[in-house]
Amino acid sequence: MAVRRIELMLCTGTGCVAGGAFRVKEALENELKKQGLDKEISVIITGCNGFCGQGPLLVVQPDEIFYGFLNPEDIPVLVQEHFLKGRPVEKLMFTPPEKKEPIPLLSEIPFFQKQLLIVLRNKGIIDPEKIDEYIARDGYTALEKVLTSMTPDEVIEEITHSGLRGRGGAGFSTGTKWKICRSEQKRPKYIICNCDEGDPGAYMDRSVFESDPHTAIEGMIIGAYAIGVSSGYIYVRTEYPLAIKRMELAIFQARNYGLLGTNILDSGFSFDLEIREGSGAFVCGEETSLIHSIEGKGPEPRQRPPFPVQSGIWDYPTVINNVETWANVPVIINRGAGWFSKIGTETSKGTKIFSLVGKINNTGLIEVPMGITLREVVYDIGGGIPGDKEFKAVQTGGPSGGCIPVSMIDVPIDYESLTNAGSMMGSGGMIVMDEETCMVDVAKFFIQFTNDESCGKCTTCRDGSEALLEVLENIANGEGKEGDLEFLEEVGIAVKDASMCGLGTTLPNPVLSTLKYFRDEYDAHINEGRCSALVCKNLIKYYILPEKCTGCRLCLKNCPPEAIKGELKHIHIIDQSKCTKCGTCLDVCPPKISAIIKVTGKETENITGTEDPYPVKRKKGEKNET
Amino acid sequence: MEQLTLDELRKKRKEAQKDIYLREGKYKSKIIVHMGTCGIAAGAREIVSSFLGEIDMLNEKDVMLTTSGCAGLCSMEPMATVELLNLPSVKYGHLTPEKTRKIFKEHILGGGIVKEYAIGIGSEKGG
Repeated sequence: MAVRRIELMLCTGTGCVAGGAFRVKEALENELKKQGLDKEISVIITGCNGFCGQGPLLVVQPDEIFYGFLNPEDIPVLVQEHFLKGRPVEKLMFTPPEKKEPIPLLSEIPFFQKQLLIVLRNKGIIDPEKIDEYIARDGYTALEKVLTSMTPDEVIEEITHSGLRGRGGAGFSTGTKWKICRSEQKRPKYIICNCDEGDPGAYMDRSVFESDPHTAIEGMIIGAYAIGVSSGYIYVRTEYPLAIKRMELAIFQARNYGLLGTNILDSGFSFDLEIREGSGAFVCGEETSLIHSIEGKGPEPRQRPPFPVQSGIWDYPTVINNVETWANVPVIINRGAGWFSKIGTETSKGTKIFSLVGKINNTGLIEVPMGITLREVVYDIGGGIPGDKEFKAVQTGGPSGGCIPVSMIDVPIDYESLTNAGSMMGSGGMIVMDEETCMVDVAKFFIQFTNDESCGKCTTCRDGSEALLEVLENIANGEGKEGDLEFLEEVGIAVKDASMCGLGTTLPNPVLSTLKYFRDEYDAHINEGRCSALVCKNLIKYYILPEKCTGCRLCLKNCPPEAIKGELKHIHIIDQSKCTKCGTCLDVCPPKISAIIKVTGKETENITGTEDPYPVKRKKGEKNET
Repeated sequence: MEQLTLDELRKKRKEAQKDIYLREGKYKSKIIVHMGTCGIAAGAREIVSSFLGEIDMLNEKDVMLTTSGCAGLCSMEPMATVELLNLPSVKYGHLTPEKTRKIFKEHILGGGIVKEYAIGIGSEKGG
């Protein structure tokens, strides 16, 4: 390829693609051609950059300037000003909320500063669809090292010493798992890469596949060499079409170079990979269900032991590791267990990828060293809560995890401290909640999810989740009664104790952790009919403040069930018998007027909406006599 | 199918590294071509191509070429600023492709300022 002076690293992760990244690409290429710059400047597609909240985005290299929220319409100006005349365009740069000055350089944006990239070391730097670019960034050097200078036992030793633990959630020592499987006599053996990522709001594994598929492949080849395996499976959910496409291409290219297949790099070692697509059942993330799914059976878990390392696919010894775990392996081999084990805490080494979503300014994908505090993640990297709202809690570990309240914001993030807090590391979803989040509603949401996803094999999981859901719905509907909370706890503990697989044993966590930290909110729902976050529809009413309403008819015209009575210059009234609490009136009432409020608990008692509209008497700026 | 041997893989890596050097930020020197309207009118784009051609011939691509706006000395365009690591920058004016080749060879690769084309050393201070 001819030499270029600028490369435009355009993010084409799923998020940016949905936001129109390929339309931006087309616009860029057209404009570069038009300006005669297409020989000196090229557009490179990359995987997820991580700062998904700013997408579609690109990073200009070598200047390292970050541009976000790109539209095809912005492109001509960008190309002429920056790429032709050398004047970076400020209005497309990242400006932190409530600040005026943009931050041009990627390395100076706080979102990126506290991150430490091991697994995601190539994100945004290579084109994931070109194996040569991975190779250029020291790709497959770890494989070279292993095949030429290490015995399988030495590889296992290195991984064990690094302290690497499974990134799928449970946190079992990866080296130990490999060692057990290596010592099994039965042959053949298999390895599996688990990319069945089902937590709502989590997309770490997808991003690794989309931005750097070869790092997972290289990790698997090294693992296969260490354990003594000649074939492996990548299990990925079919809802990840882009990840599957890039992984298929990566496998094809690796095979083409002889990095997969027989006699890899002339070493005598052979290994090949196959992709199996799952149809996206949450329970398939559980390893025995996943194995059943690969075998073509219904994805139901089975009793362990025997563990898959002893008896996995078709009863042969099988190691299952998560995408992120595999992706760590080449770096550990290259840089050494000593280097890796210096990062993190006493019990949790290395980094973890989290998807930071919910009520937070900088949503995106982050890789941080273990031991970082929630405060650093939420405020330094995440940029805090939008609109000056109060931070309330973080849900980690998805539906299997729990809520960690604001009082524990300085807890260092590692496997043990999250478990002690009643949550878990899980695969790395992190949902931030503010004061407008109702904890009963959150618990209900997650139980609804696990109740849908329970395979139904264990009674406690199947019927227990049903019972939990029913009581939570009652409480949210204002029909909670004394004894409900004790019932939730009792059933929750029973489900935890008596279910077989990880889905059942963790599903009560959202209920139990919110009960532990936010019991007063449950009490207020039951005893006072009050939802302080103003979320539970049956416990709130919308009300038009007569002293503020100007009678403009905006809410009246927009109300879907036509529940608002009134005419021009008359105080509008919401007929509570018709109101569906959709919130449209609140959204359309101009912020200058803000006449519509939500009330809950006692304040709702005298609001019926049976009175008739009456004229607005006051002059502009005065309060009405009521 | 090209079944690679170890040596072939290493060779491929060296080759591929040349294609991604722009993204890795390892530079010993930096050339800034001034691309204001005045610079472009005076032929700055030809200067860019000429420098690029020189970089293309390097084995170790540790020279960064970038552009900036008008430097304020419009009568001296086309202009370029050359910065070697940890040394004050040097501005050159009235450039032609021949002059850029000499500057590239003697200053960027050789480390010696080409005095006859230089119009100043160091950058003006911001106020």
